[in-house]
Amino acid sequence: MAESIKIKKGLDIKLKGKAAETKSDALQSQFFSMRPDDFHGMTPKVAVKEGDAVKVGSVLFYDKANPDLKVVSPCSGTVEAVNRGERRKVLDIRLKSDGKFESVPFEKAQPSQLSSADVKKLLLESGFFAFINQRPFDVVANPNDAPKAIFISGFDSAPLAPSYDYVFDYTQCKDELQLGIDALAKLTTGKVYVSIHKDSAARAFKELKGVVITEFEGPHPAGNVGVQINHISPINKGEVVWTISPYDVVAIGSAFKKGTIDFSRLIALVGSSVSKPSYYKTYPGAEIASVVKGQVSEENVRYISGNPLTGRQVSKDGFIGAFAHQITVIPEGNKNNELLGWIMPRLNKFSTSHSYFSWLLGSKKEYVADTNLNGGERAFIMSGEYDAVFPMDILPEFLVKAIMDKDIDKMEQLGIYEVAPEDFALCEYVCTSKIETQRIVREGLDYLRKELA
Amino acid sequence: MKALRNFLDKVKPNFEEGGKLSAFRSVFDGFETFLFVPNTVSKSGTHIHDTIDSKRVMSFVVIALIPALLFGMYNVGYQNYLVAGTLDQASFMEVFCYGFLAVLPKIIVSYLVGLGIEFTVAQWKHEEIQEGFLVSGMLIPLIVPIECPLWIIAVATAFAVIFAKEIFGGTGYNIFNVALITRAFLFFAYPTKMSGDSVWIAKESIFGLGNDLANGTVDGFTGATALGQVATGSTTTVTDALGNPVGLNDMIVGLMPGSIGETSVIAIMIGAVILLVSGVANWRTMISVFVGGALTAFLFNAIGSETNQVWNLDWMEHLCVGGFCFGAVFMATDPVTSPRTNCGKYIFGFLIGVVAIIIRCMNPGYPEGMMLAILLMNLFAALIDHCFVQRNINKRLNRLNNK
Repeated sequence: MAESIKIKKGLDIKLKGKAAETKSDALQSQFFSMRPDDFHGMTPKVAVKEGDAVKVGSVLFYDKANPDLKVVSPCSGTVEAVNRGERRKVLDIRLKSDGKFESVPFEKAQPSQLSSADVKKLLLESGFFAFINQRPFDVVANPNDAPKAIFISGFDSAPLAPSYDYVFDYTQCKDELQLGIDALAKLTTGKVYVSIHKDSAARAFKELKGVVITEFEGPHPAGNVGVQINHISPINKGEVVWTISPYDVVAIGSAFKKGTIDFSRLIALVGSSVSKPSYYKTYPGAEIASVVKGQVSEENVRYISGNPLTGRQVSKDGFIGAFAHQITVIPEGNKNNELLGWIMPRLNKFSTSHSYFSWLLGSKKEYVADTNLNGGERAFIMSGEYDAVFPMDILPEFLVKAIMDKDIDKMEQLGIYEVAPEDFALCEYVCTSKIETQRIVREGLDYLRKELA
Repeated sequence: MKALRNFLDKVKPNFEEGGKLSAFRSVFDGFETFLFVPNTVSKSGTHIHDTIDSKRVMSFVVIALIPALLFGMYNVGYQNYLVAGTLDQASFMEVFCYGFLAVLPKIIVSYLVGLGIEFTVAQWKHEEIQEGFLVSGMLIPLIVPIECPLWIIAVATAFAVIFAKEIFGGTGYNIFNVALITRAFLFFAYPTKMSGDSVWIAKESIFGLGNDLANGTVDGFTGATALGQVATGSTTTVTDALGNPVGLNDMIVGLMPGSIGETSVIAIMIGAVILLVSGVANWRTMISVFVGGALTAFLFNAIGSETNQVWNLDWMEHLCVGGFCFGAVFMATDPVTSPRTNCGKYIFGFLIGVVAIIIRCMNPGYPEGMMLAILLMNLFAALIDHCFVQRNINKRLNRLNNK
């Protein structure tokens, strides 16, 4: 019987535009884009130049500090451009797809029978390794580390997130998932932990072998891997754990099974501005338009690669992020001109505050949320807001303040090694003072990593 | 609404950098954001935000203060008519309007001075106007005696806003509750205007309303507060301004001499319900203050004293008289000056209750203890937090050491 952990703190934001459980293929994406910024912590050295032919799995760029760490192409075709910004920073590598998705060969094998060095080499060569993240610092994992454990969250609790029960269908991906897990198990001397939701029916996760399964229940952020780590086996100073999304575990498993590299995945197109929210089969780095075409009629909307709490804003002709599993489209809130909104009942808007009445309308009602800040930025005024949505044994407000002070000792003492910006997303959402906590935590982690390097 | 928006858009350039009226940028900005929720959208981090903001929070505190304010106005009139002996002939509206006219100038002065400073600082620092003073500006008139001169209120408000708030960085950074610093300043700088027997009842008629009590036609009334009477008297019996004894019920209703907003437990409790249901004030602090005060008052009462009648007050009476309720509901719960940790709030509130009663019972000079108790605990808020933060840190250290 799996251990069961109940999360009490947190918040489920009920938004309109949840994906219906139907899937279709996205349109053919003519261009692909891989952004080094998606792979946080890597200093990219570009390995291709304009006009080079690439296949799925061809190296696009690698890490300067760790040349074994590579990011590869999700499609086959040619390199259209290497776009650079200020001080020659690589913004993205633009690829033109030939639509064939031919792959470089991958060694077909049973990962459980390979040595751990071989598995690591295979994953590095094929670019899968760059999809493994590490904590502390929430950056791409360093292949030279020996992680204490590997954590995989088997459900996504973010607003409008894809249902993993639907995406990881038992008959279609149980083998791939198991093979991927077998490969990952070779990378750690510790255990591989998979967390599932208590009500989840996902047999693909439940029947996994060689993993420790933990059941979680409760509101978002119960599905955040950081919260799960904090409850299962918190990170101490000096320890490293790795995390990876089941999407990438399946991709790894599928490579071992089929001998080819295939990044295709089922992502959710969601949000109140989408006419028919549902699931689409597409690729990391594909054009947003290939998924949303014909689905969004409003003009003044925001396209988000990822969920509304942690995703990245992209333009209409932008690309899906490497780690994004949903595309969210919500109205922009820049033309509201709301008269005296701060004192109005605002019955159609969601708030955790009982000074509005949405708490009386039941938890089933779904809301349309726009991108308006709903107020101005202030200093910290209200207390206890963050604690109510932060289910870790950490004092979020004090940690954020320590980061603002750049007080390294305090950051360490208050547990910065255990957190990632995404864990603070709900704090940022509920903040009366509209403080950009995720940005602050990201900067704090980067600062600490640089100072300790 | 659209016309208003268009008008604002039209005049806005005048107030921007280089415009004719750029010296009033903060004022314009303040009114614009007051009228229309700004169209700012999120740039980093979460793309959606809760609809709560500091304007909402502050305005809920002001709303919660309204029952105490209205009752205070009525009570000011009531005391005046009671002492003059004309209460029977006066209508409710007359009594209320007199009180309204007596209190209104204090509110205006407090807001003018305080907001004036806030607008200036916002202009100077190129920041948005912070809403903190909306609450302080309403609290200040409610915690002074009705006979407190306006110029003194102006001086004290200016002192408090500048030296208790802006110097520390503005709303959110202050260590002490701004309204209480105003009161403390008044109390120590102008003690004769803040305590004693003569300041609690309005003595002049306004626009023909009310009665002129200062010309000697009316005598034989005691204008002391309930606590003042007990502290100087030989029994715990409290009387109203005419010398008739009053009981606990009257103390709860609050038709007694006292600071404008502090007398009615019922009005304050309506405010408390608004604050607690809306979640604007923290229940942990509020409850703890009452628990701490009740326990301490019970202890003093159990010991008893021959000479100091304050010791002999019943614990219920202790909580109902003076500024205890008002302080517990509106002052102690100020989120900026109380501890940030939830556990810390229990200790903070409890100690406020304890210290307030100790000051009442042990201090010979001054009958009320709530103001000093809250200010003292404001000082300790950071220390209390430090202890609980340290506990979290130690837990993490132990985890590492026991690995």
